[in-house]
Amino acid sequence: MNFVFPNEPHVVWSVMIVLYPFMSGLVSGAFIVAAMYYVFRQEAFKPIARFALASTLVFLVFAPLPLLVHLGNPARGGNIMITPNFTSAKAGFGFIFSGFMLLVSMMAWFVFRKDLLERARGKGPLALISRLILLLDTRESEATRRADDRVLRILGGIGIPLAILLHGYVGFMFGSLKANPWWSTPLMFVIFVFSALVSGFAVITFHYFLVSWINRWKVDSGCVQALSRYLWGFMIVAVGLELLELMSIAYQQTAEWEVLRRLIEERLWISYVVLQFGLLALVPFLLLLTNTLLELPRRISRLLVWLAAAMLLLQVLVMRWNVVIGGQLLSKSFRGFTSYMPGLWEKEGLFVGVIIFTLPFLILYGFHKFVHLFPDDHQARPRDREA
Amino acid sequence: MSRDNPCRWSRRELLQALSAGSGLLLLHCGSQPPGERQAQRGAYDWNKHFWGYAVDTTRCIGCCACMRACRRENDVPLTYYRTWVERYRILKDDRVAVDVATNDEHIFSPVSGDVKKAFFVPKLCNHCSKSVCNQVCPVGASYYTRDGVVLVDTKWCIGCGYCVQACPYGTRYIRPADHVADKCTLCYHRITRGLLPACVEVCPTKARIFGDLKDPKDHLVTLLKQRRYRVLRPEMGTRPKCYYLGLEREVI
Repeated sequence: MNFVFPNEPHVVWSVMIVLYPFMSGLVSGAFIVAAMYYVFRQEAFKPIARFALASTLVFLVFAPLPLLVHLGNPARGGNIMITPNFTSAKAGFGFIFSGFMLLVSMMAWFVFRKDLLERARGKGPLALISRLILLLDTRESEATRRADDRVLRILGGIGIPLAILLHGYVGFMFGSLKANPWWSTPLMFVIFVFSALVSGFAVITFHYFLVSWINRWKVDSGCVQALSRYLWGFMIVAVGLELLELMSIAYQQTAEWEVLRRLIEERLWISYVVLQFGLLALVPFLLLLTNTLLELPRRISRLLVWLAAAMLLLQVLVMRWNVVIGGQLLSKSFRGFTSYMPGLWEKEGLFVGVIIFTLPFLILYGFHKFVHLFPDDHQARPRDREA
Repeated sequence: MSRDNPCRWSRRELLQALSAGSGLLLLHCGSQPPGERQAQRGAYDWNKHFWGYAVDTTRCIGCCACMRACRRENDVPLTYYRTWVERYRILKDDRVAVDVATNDEHIFSPVSGDVKKAFFVPKLCNHCSKSVCNQVCPVGASYYTRDGVVLVDTKWCIGCGYCVQACPYGTRYIRPADHVADKCTLCYHRITRGLLPACVEVCPTKARIFGDLKDPKDHLVTLLKQRRYRVLRPEMGTRPKCYYLGLEREVI
């Protein structure tokens, strides 16, 4: 009795469109981590504020790449800026993205100005590049530093709603498609915002541990505890909203629920029920709960937070998969489901996806060679001295 | 230039130069929207027509001549469809079985079983007055002509697939050869020359009816006055212009 419209076996949005909201969520989330220090002046976030801002910038540079790879005619991608159709939710992407890119670049410029000034005073190509980035102005004084701090705070303040808009609007792109009951919900905007915050905090936490472990740096306990508490709070809201949306449709028992129930039971049981809500939400929730409520030895506490961050990062990726792919498995005839298996080597396959996801981390590594991503005293504190 | 600054240009001067450059670039980008580029075809005046389509489901015999004609006329790639015919079988236990003849010859396979009622329903783009596909196209490549046809500017489409997701009727696809959105055009190249769409031309039972809603004497206008009809998924608010006569409630 399975019936799909005859064009529906061709699944149009694949791995790249799963990756696009995932990476754009990392941008928004990582920016909020940076804003915790630069805007809200929360000292606990100071050790990772520069790292979070640099991460925002590199994720932002690569976030449109999956979208570009996905386009049937990527060379025409610029049409979205030349003749934007403002009735389309997607038309705003170019403008919101460009605006946010400008803002984050400016913030990075002010944050890393001190490092660039040091480089600019030297000789060679790096000094020349630094002078160019500094717009040929190498003056520095107490007054310029104070001005930089003030501008940074203002930019961060403007950036917070932009970051929410950048990712919330990605959720709106799905939530506004009335033809698809799996997508069409006003909650999609809010769910995407909170899942972005989870993924952003998770990626910074996970990466901070990883970088510290590789470089044998001491991890800042206050920072880790602050990250883990926010991560815990945001994941409760994000998963709570996801559950609320499902429960509301299920309880209303509409005609659409009949087919959505089958979609969950027959096609998404493992990825949606077992992974998104079970293993990758419940377990990190318990780990972070344990870390928050109990006085654990420092080593155990860090292990729990690191594990929880890794699992929550995966949870958000799986959630994106369930939204993007799940919605397309459901036929608009409401009488059946199509199937999809990602290819490994194709243009929009898993291999290209892994490459695109890895690139920001490689660039961040290069960034680290050029400027200080962590405070100087932090980098000079080897873990060995801790004991 | 400041005396403290060892460089030749001040930051202000550099930013001013960059802003001027960006302004020139923006002026260059100003361009006519793609939707209005549809050229007039000879003596054809698109202001004088408003095309509509009807399907009399009580007449369709499921021969699928329309599907074959459409594929030939519009060079539709295999496994993709601008139009199709759905076969509905209401079984004695009230379950509904639907299928489409997707084989190369578009011939329905014989079926047996406890069928209470069976009928055929041709489907195609509904050329909606408030089409979602046009609404969501980020570059305006999908547009509504003045004579009431939803078309795609294939030289402007970026192939993002948003319209494919937005269409509630599943009538759009991404054409594999050039990666642009494609769908039924009501055979625009034919109707602007006074011919019928290929599917209407070949239908042996006159189940597919094409006409000009601006012409009060048109057969389609008369039919819509005399018969009761429905549109597909009216709750979507898309105002389809493909009218179905004798449509069963099981059809989505």
